[in-house]
Amino acid sequence: MDPISIIEGKVSDLPRDDVDTDQIIPARFMKRVERTGFGEFLFNDAKEAPDWNVEIGNPILCSGANFGSGSSREHAPWALEDAGFRAIIATSLADIFASNCTKVGLLPIELPEDQVRKIAAAGEARIELDAQTVEIGPTHARETFSFDIAPGTKHRLLNGLDDIGLTLGDEGAITTYEEQRAASAFPGPSSLSLPPQGPDGKTIQSTPVA
Amino acid sequence: MPKTLFDKIWETHEVGDGLIYIDLHMVHEVTSPQAFEGLRLAGRPVRRPDKTLATADHNVPTDGTPVAARIKDALSRKQVETLEENCAEFGVPVFSLGSDRQGIVHVVGPEQGMTQPGMTMVCGDSHTATHGAFGSLAFGIGTSEVEHVLATQCLVQKKPKSMRINFVGDLPFGVTAKDMILGAIGQMGVDGAVGHVVEFAGPAVEQLSMEGRMTICNMTIEGGGRAGMIAPDQTTFDYVQGKPAAPTGAAWDAAVATWKELYTDEGATFDREIDVDVTALSPRVTWGTTPDMVVGVDGTVPTPESFDDPAERGQAERALEYMGLKGGERIEDISIERVFLGSCTNGRLADLQAAADVIQGRKVADGVYAMVVPGSVQVKIAAEELGLDKVFTAAGFDWRGAGCSMCLGMNPDVLSPGERCASTSNRNFQGRQGKGGRTHLVSPQMAAAAAIAGHFVDVRTFEPAGEPVAA
Repeated sequence: MDPISIIEGKVSDLPRDDVDTDQIIPARFMKRVERTGFGEFLFNDAKEAPDWNVEIGNPILCSGANFGSGSSREHAPWALEDAGFRAIIATSLADIFASNCTKVGLLPIELPEDQVRKIAAAGEARIELDAQTVEIGPTHARETFSFDIAPGTKHRLLNGLDDIGLTLGDEGAITTYEEQRAASAFPGPSSLSLPPQGPDGKTIQSTPVA
Repeated sequence: MPKTLFDKIWETHEVGDGLIYIDLHMVHEVTSPQAFEGLRLAGRPVRRPDKTLATADHNVPTDGTPVAARIKDALSRKQVETLEENCAEFGVPVFSLGSDRQGIVHVVGPEQGMTQPGMTMVCGDSHTATHGAFGSLAFGIGTSEVEHVLATQCLVQKKPKSMRINFVGDLPFGVTAKDMILGAIGQMGVDGAVGHVVEFAGPAVEQLSMEGRMTICNMTIEGGGRAGMIAPDQTTFDYVQGKPAAPTGAAWDAAVATWKELYTDEGATFDREIDVDVTALSPRVTWGTTPDMVVGVDGTVPTPESFDDPAERGQAERALEYMGLKGGERIEDISIERVFLGSCTNGRLADLQAAADVIQGRKVADGVYAMVVPGSVQVKIAAEELGLDKVFTAAGFDWRGAGCSMCLGMNPDVLSPGERCASTSNRNFQGRQGKGGRTHLVSPQMAAAAAIAGHFVDVRTFEPAGEPVAA
């Protein structure tokens, strides 16, 4: 993941609520086993609507409430990122979608509706992650809006860090936790312990037949 | 200090600040290939294959295709075969095509006894909240997080806020768990629970079977919630006992003793709390393109003019246009061409039994194509042992193989543009069940009645035509 510091450029606008992940990328385009190439399917069906007017190729997308609702598919942020977007500014974002964005270097920003509308109307904006600001307007009449972001997420995005590497740094704590759980009265189920034979005597494959 | 059920589970799984341990990671073919590839590139193993379980579900055809190699769609075949190869390489147990334990990930976990109270569970699927019905903390994650959990068995997660939805009153006759959750979403909106872990409580919840509780928790995400959960009780313990992965003997007693502590303490507070009056509920039918666009079967489709807020009015206009409705129609006057009975929301044995009771001795209406898709091969086997397959086929239903099927339109089971469907699934989004398809979400009983009538009909006044199918 590339580090993010400043995102600057034109703004696309999708001024509606509840833009769900099926609109962002329909499920039938999720059959690839690679991470790349989903951009061409961004808004594949939604863009056929007569009132559709979202410019693709800009770094910033503005939208309404509950953007990214629905499925956990990371294909949605992959498609947005692959199509060139670097930041999503919405009045609110669905939880899993917002989390997924931060894993692929797409900056999720929540701002009040009047500010999102101003940014969309300005048509261009400059986002500074370190300062947590979105700026619009000409130099003599600059407007600045501040957004919130979790400190840990911000640090990771600013430095383009890999979550897994960071967590494996806590290897000692994870191992200690696992040892304590294994020694407890109820260590939890094991998928490897599933019996190989069903109650009706039929063979149950834990690996598929050839 | 009094604690919520959510607090208790969270605290016993904190490995460090903002890092929680995951007891079970369920994996399927669509959201995992890039995660396994990431491990391979970094030279990392799966840390705990014993806490990981995979199944093929989203992509599988439901026509009885016996093995992955016979899947006709090349991309789907590749995805399922890739899952099998990845699981073999990394030592993860997998139920793929050909296994009689294959099925929808959220049906397989509970029926194998892998879902137990007090656990933390994740899966690269937003309907993972289903497992919260057992008093566990279960939620959907993206593919980067799938890779993270495979590598570390932990998840980086800021503790979400807490919310309780109290279902007040006794459930009226003919009103189901599906109507309860659709009623709650209709009341709070599709973003009503964003950022929150939701506990469902109240006498109507306590009286539900595990299947009903799973239906409710399953659709927590449709209200924007991070996870849904229900405190475990004797109903839960009875369901888990005897399942393949359930503890036995002294371990069972120890487990139940632990599970009995899993409830929200008297006086514990939630960040948010709402009441939903179940006595006011009738069977629900969605009319639009988000699950909160929902009314009772005895109601009418709202007109755009009935919305004061211009944004809501615009949304209703777009939804009505997509759905081919004007507004003002009586729900019972809406005709359907397709019926889908299945999915992780309503594809369990109890769901199929409830539907079979409605159709027993009747025929599917002319011009309606109705399909039943058991949630897993085990559900299919159990249903056939009860003779449900014969009830469905005698009525003219298509009896299919296990899988996600027409819930999400990424396998051969899809709606054609303009087709209208009574569906027991969870999302009525535009194009969800196939491009241009029109989805109305309902309970299994309501879907069955609609199949017979050819239009929506109030199942409460739909007299049984035959003997009850099974107790």
